[in-house]
Amino acid sequence: MNVNANANFAQDNPMSQFLRMERMPHIWCPGCGIGTVVTAFAEAVKKSGLDLDKIAIVSGIGCTGRTAGYVKLDSFHSTHGRAIPLATGLKLANPEMKVVVFSGDGDLTSIGGNHFIHAARRNMDITVVCVNNFTYGMTGGQMTPTTPHTANASTTPYGNYEYPFSLPFLADACGATYIARWTSLHARQISGSIKEALNHKGFSFVEVIAPCTTLYQRRNRLGDGLDALEYYQNDAEIAHGLDTRQVDIDYQGKIKVGKFVEKQKPTYLDNVNQHYAQVIGDEYELYGKTTPEKEAEAKAKAESAAKGAV
Amino acid sequence: MYFGKLKEAKGVVHINESWCKGCGFCVNYCPTKVLVLSKDYNAKGYHPPQVQDAELCRDCKFCELICPEFAIYVSPAPSDGDEDKETHGA
Repeated sequence: MNVNANANFAQDNPMSQFLRMERMPHIWCPGCGIGTVVTAFAEAVKKSGLDLDKIAIVSGIGCTGRTAGYVKLDSFHSTHGRAIPLATGLKLANPEMKVVVFSGDGDLTSIGGNHFIHAARRNMDITVVCVNNFTYGMTGGQMTPTTPHTANASTTPYGNYEYPFSLPFLADACGATYIARWTSLHARQISGSIKEALNHKGFSFVEVIAPCTTLYQRRNRLGDGLDALEYYQNDAEIAHGLDTRQVDIDYQGKIKVGKFVEKQKPTYLDNVNQHYAQVIGDEYELYGKTTPEKEAEAKAKAESAAKGAV
Repeated sequence: MYFGKLKEAKGVVHINESWCKGCGFCVNYCPTKVLVLSKDYNAKGYHPPQVQDAELCRDCKFCELICPEFAIYVSPAPSDGDEDKETHGA
């Protein structure tokens, strides 16, 4: 029954149409949760039935930022913290694209914090997946804006004296229209949430709490990846629709997970079009037309003009 | 348990030992405890999982989903053939 050491493993793997199998094995540490999130994302794309040519992945710098290099979709590895501006540009240039930002907590909320809040404020139609491991993994375990109070990091060797961001609350306060949080143990739920987020119109934010075994777990003497998953299993409480003011995470405390917010609001592009159509009137050319559409329109116009001349 | 003509789903586990980093997620979170960490080492020095009882696999694919290394996947086991295919457990 069991087929071990399959020579065609990479080709036969059902993930092979979403991942660049020739780049495996990847650089992530043993017990890291990012791989689980990438698998869940691939599963979500598979289930959503979207055209793979119409999805783009943008990521910044960091461990999670490496995701862009491993997915077999249009992907951009941008500069540190600037994944959301790049995604915004992609979306505005071609509104048919589904743009997904894969980013770590430090990349997204520290260096790219302003971009995050303003994309949420504008309700930019992108999906943001944040893998929150409470630390800067790639650069050596520095404290991030989400490191829990009293946790140890390489820049706070006597414990963190600052209070962290609660990312769902931050996103909600800024105006995000879809907010969910899971831990890396909730693989099926992450997959379901990412699928919903892909189909959601507006700024959708999925936070995934993931273990960083090499830095966060080790510096805080919390054991390995399995110990982290056990903590998630014992202390994660599913609370759909909970007020985002109540979802902050204390050091090794309860983690509230679930889908907190889902609402409809006009997106940035809707607002641009509506406003200019109102102010400028009929002369306004609807923003968001692609070049082939414009060419087809010009051609049709020229043809009708030629017919009129005859 | 009696499920009428429905059969239990069966799966075959495929493991790529050379990619495995021995985190143990698949072994610990397999609902039917199909896997166990091997005593052997792979080229990197980790203990990859091995199948201890292939008959227990129910094709739930949770190991495939939780594996951070993309190093394990499950395919549905070929059915016996004499049974009606439509009644094969989904």
